[in-house]
Amino acid sequence: MSSLTWVRRRRSVERFWGDFRTRKAGMIGLGVLVVAVVLALIAPLFIDAGVTNVVSGTGEKMAPPSLDAPLGTDESGRSVLLMIWWGSRTSLLIGFLAALLSMVIGTVLGIAAGHFRGWAGAIVLRVTDWFLVLPSLVTALVLAAILGGSTATIIIAIGVTSWPSTARLIRAQTLAVEARPYIERSLALGAGHWHITTRHVLPNVAPLLLASTTLEVASAIVTESTLAFLGVSANKTSWGTMLRGSYDWGAATAGAWWYILIPGLCIVLVVMAFTLCGRALETVLNPRLRTRAA
Amino acid sequence: MTVVAEIDAAPAGHGLLRYAAAKAGGALLSIAMVVVATFFLFRMLPGDPVRALAQGRNMTPAQLDLERARLGLDKSIPEQFLHFVGQTLRFDLGTSYEYKRPVLDLIGERIGPTLLLTGTALVMAVSLGIWQGARAGWKPGSRFDRFSTAVSLVLWSVPTFWLGLLLLMVFAAGIGPIPGLFPTRGISSVDAPDGFGYVLDVAHHMVLPCLTLVAVVYAQYLLVMRSSVLDEVEQDYITTARAKGLKDDDIRRRHAVPNALLPTVTLVFMRIGFVVGGAVTVEAIFSWPGLGQLFYQAIRVPDFTLMQGTFLLITVSVILMNTLADVIYHVLDPRVRSV
Repeated sequence: MSSLTWVRRRRSVERFWGDFRTRKAGMIGLGVLVVAVVLALIAPLFIDAGVTNVVSGTGEKMAPPSLDAPLGTDESGRSVLLMIWWGSRTSLLIGFLAALLSMVIGTVLGIAAGHFRGWAGAIVLRVTDWFLVLPSLVTALVLAAILGGSTATIIIAIGVTSWPSTARLIRAQTLAVEARPYIERSLALGAGHWHITTRHVLPNVAPLLLASTTLEVASAIVTESTLAFLGVSANKTSWGTMLRGSYDWGAATAGAWWYILIPGLCIVLVVMAFTLCGRALETVLNPRLRTRAA
Repeated sequence: MTVVAEIDAAPAGHGLLRYAAAKAGGALLSIAMVVVATFFLFRMLPGDPVRALAQGRNMTPAQLDLERARLGLDKSIPEQFLHFVGQTLRFDLGTSYEYKRPVLDLIGERIGPTLLLTGTALVMAVSLGIWQGARAGWKPGSRFDRFSTAVSLVLWSVPTFWLGLLLLMVFAAGIGPIPGLFPTRGISSVDAPDGFGYVLDVAHHMVLPCLTLVAVVYAQYLLVMRSSVLDEVEQDYITTARAKGLKDDDIRRRHAVPNALLPTVTLVFMRIGFVVGGAVTVEAIFSWPGLGQLFYQAIRVPDFTLMQGTFLLITVSVILMNTLADVIYHVLDPRVRSV
């Protein structure tokens, strides 16, 4: 690849960043995200999976916040604060990987549906529309229940049920890109399917994919917590399984507000951060939205 | 004048029939795909399903074989598939392992409460979302708009079940000085009176589940209606209406909202799958004796026949709703007819 292309790309990234920096909500979201991810990554330096062990709970059961356990304890006397810290690793990991899986499926099928005219594209589009109609949470529940609730199967269950909207978005974008004259020029020079889709279509849809992935992570985290709460997730500590525990042990009727409030607030905070970030990205990348947002 | 109208209407009518037929064909294909997918999905179960069913029960190998024959698992996959399709076409969804009763009977008992809960919540969410969205989109950037967008953003980020838990904690269990105002579970009290008293009792039980469902689904209707109205604000006919000297409120109510309503209402039906997901969660939390709870219990046991039956029913109804929305949209909006 020529250096000219790289100079051009670096300039456009700089321009993009300069624009993104001016969006306050997006920057706040990004800040929260960076903090959350860094905390999750450095957790093993301070604590280990032992904090989620049922027998390791040293505190009083269902105790309100105190100096020992700043955010209270759960039904086995484990510290809610430490559990949340450790659980953020599972929640974020599943969120990121499920969104990634969904994006990969959505991009490949979306480009395929847009690029290949005729029956192949029609079949892909038909399958996409079929998946789009299926109630995604119900399907994900069935998938997770059948495959067993390990981290990998939860990721698959979320990824497999959430890709269709991405595929539609990418398909529309592919159609728009392929209508441009330089594709015709490229075809005339003998470019094949692979060259056109990876060298021309993909770079053009990539910015949109970034925004879409960010929003997808948000909804993947919500879905993960819902699946865990509804009990299809194996007992690896995440924010969702903690809330499941609070429900099973009657925290609501026992008045153990910290056990319900804190994990939920973490979910809301992280999900909102992803959403704010994703929306800011969308606004920066989509000039049509820019004029409207005002 | 009338003649012209008739000539115009005739091809449109034929077009509609053809359109509806095409959509119905598409829906049938989708349903067929659901049936096939369900069959293979539920045969993907790792391990031996009979052994899984017999878990924790003392069964001799002979009993296991008997059970296998009863479920038709001793036959080849193609034979099983034909049997499954035949059964499904006759609306025979099998017998629940947990309840020892036909799945269809169980579904029949549970469908009423679900329709009541989701129907009420949907009507409330749609009206509220459309009203608020129209006002927000009419004056983008206003305080009301910023407030509405913030509210919907927060509600969008809140997991349904967590909102339910919070409401349960504050209004059902009672916290601090607030007494428990609403029941924590079920659809009616054991000692509920007959007649009107019963209706009140059910309504009392429905407040919290309904509130949860409304809060979660209304946010997206608000956002859709807002952007839909926003599209209309820039149109020329709005400027014309302004130039005629119409009052701002009148322009919104009589010109912008009716035009913006169509895409929104269709989207309401298009996203019915999302509402169904919310209903499963809400019914599970508040032990609302509907389809969602039945499905949830089937997952917890796990009772695969029941899970398969409810899954089939839920997906097929969602597909039918979507098709209906497509056709209604086609009837209502002349703009898409020519396309």
